[in-house]
Amino acid sequence: MAQAQQTEHVGLARVLGPAHVWALGVGIVLVGEYMGWNFSVGKGGAYAALMACWFAGILYTCVAMIDSEVTSTVAAAGGQYTQAKHIVGPLMAFNVGLYLVFAYTMLEAANAITFGFLVDTVATMSGHSGLDQRPFIILAIMFLAWLNYRGVLATLTFNLVITAIAFTAVIVLFLATSGVVGVSPLRHAELMSGAAAMPYGWLGVLAAMHFGLWYYLGIEGTTQAAEEVRSPARSLPFGTLAGVMTLAIAATLTWYVCSGLMPWEYLGQAGVPLFDAARLSGSTFLMVFLGIGTMFATLASANGCINDASRAWFAMARDRYLPGWFGAVHPKYRTPYRSIIFLVPIALIFALGAPIDQVITFSILSGLLEYTFMPLNIILFRRKWPLETIKRGYEHPFHPLPAFALLALCGMAFFAVFLGYGTQLVAMIAFYIVVSLWFHFWRYRFVNRGAQFTMPWPKPKGY
Amino acid sequence: MARYVAPVQGKVGQIIDVIVLLIMAIGALYIPLWLGLAGSAKTPQPIENPTWETLGQNPAMVEQWQKLGYADPASAAELITARFDYSFSIGALVVMIVVIVGYYAILLRFSEKEYRDVIAEKFGE
Repeated sequence: MAQAQQTEHVGLARVLGPAHVWALGVGIVLVGEYMGWNFSVGKGGAYAALMACWFAGILYTCVAMIDSEVTSTVAAAGGQYTQAKHIVGPLMAFNVGLYLVFAYTMLEAANAITFGFLVDTVATMSGHSGLDQRPFIILAIMFLAWLNYRGVLATLTFNLVITAIAFTAVIVLFLATSGVVGVSPLRHAELMSGAAAMPYGWLGVLAAMHFGLWYYLGIEGTTQAAEEVRSPARSLPFGTLAGVMTLAIAATLTWYVCSGLMPWEYLGQAGVPLFDAARLSGSTFLMVFLGIGTMFATLASANGCINDASRAWFAMARDRYLPGWFGAVHPKYRTPYRSIIFLVPIALIFALGAPIDQVITFSILSGLLEYTFMPLNIILFRRKWPLETIKRGYEHPFHPLPAFALLALCGMAFFAVFLGYGTQLVAMIAFYIVVSLWFHFWRYRFVNRGAQFTMPWPKPKGY
Repeated sequence: MARYVAPVQGKVGQIIDVIVLLIMAIGALYIPLWLGLAGSAKTPQPIENPTWETLGQNPAMVEQWQKLGYADPASAAELITARFDYSFSIGALVVMIVVIVGYYAILLRFSEKEYRDVIAEKFGE
């Protein structure tokens, strides 16, 4: 016990720069261009998916702006959890911490499923059908957890390299198929004509917003590295906003290439759409490159997810919101090793036992609940600590416009999930209500009150 | 305000708390799956002896289907005809809105109560 008490107060190592922050954010999310986004085509057609991509882009721009301001001030592990603890209150913080853990753990599970599916696809193409995907899923998660256990710098440097390769693959595929170099195989006019244009009408556009979030989901994870960044006030806003811009470009290019090569009915349910697009381009080089890109994107994302989910779990345990045993830092590697190990079997349970669209929906819903918290958070932050009371590393413009825009877009996304996945939505909210009552009436007794507030801020206005 | 001293939780208590949390989390995903309530209402609408024309596919689409490995219309029919059912009742929509708004209302109310204690202790009232 004495050792646990001692280790949990050891800080995480400050070793990361803006490029690592970018790699963490984009690395988690870039897989969204390689798989998952295309389910939005299934929910509304190709045009609806493009509109959803841009609406989601606006949503995430608001998220990045709001998050950058708060994070440039609250530079501690736990990201939005720590923000909620200081600005809204403990119960909200507990919920936000769980949103983070489940959004990232489910995303990690979805990545592992896709990795297994890709290995199976490649094996089938090379004449080895009937491959068991499970060993590959387990191996991917175990390897990345080990990497995370060994240290954050090696983990995120690894992410930086494989994310850059995966992003380059998207750009190369676009350049090779768009007609910039040689003849373009894209056939948008024919593939999106007649009933294929808007198969569900405008309702489909709303519905597509559900998986439209997948283009960007996880970019807010940059804040999890706050305690390990050398210059948080500069690196976090820069890394996050650069990440959103990178993803908006990659998402649009991805949509353009895929919707010009595949009928929407196929694209809307494809497991690895960019790899399929490369296959249809007729180039073996592109097929191999995009196969590698898909593999790297899934690994980079799962890697970042393990990093983020474990930081959130660790931060909650350090405050005793969860059992304090998880709040320990490895004496040699300075990583939250118990949290990293604990979340491995949970990711495996979902990766091995649930369909991918359910896992993705679970992740999206946790993300969506988190984005709904953000406008409330920034409004309360500005009210309790007006601009002149705390110096921010970054002040987002036009407040409260981004907060209201974000609330409206979240409402739209909730309705989109309701269309087709209403049961999960209700089950998920029911879970969070029950778990909130459990925290408020039971778990909170183990939490010290004033000691939770660790920021050197003045007393909030109105208290 | 008197300083609150949190009790130290024993190892057994910590393990029980984690198990409770895990059961609730896994249940939230798996119970709808086990009950068969989860997921998309995307269902295929079978067509007898489908042709590419009856499936609404133009020559460019047919060419791409064939490149993707769907040599004949029957093999692609299920994918092409599957549709989501977006019909819903206003009652169900109202229930969803009430659940979401109610959830955030509970969060904000309880959080505020807890937060006042934190601030009072931190800033020495």
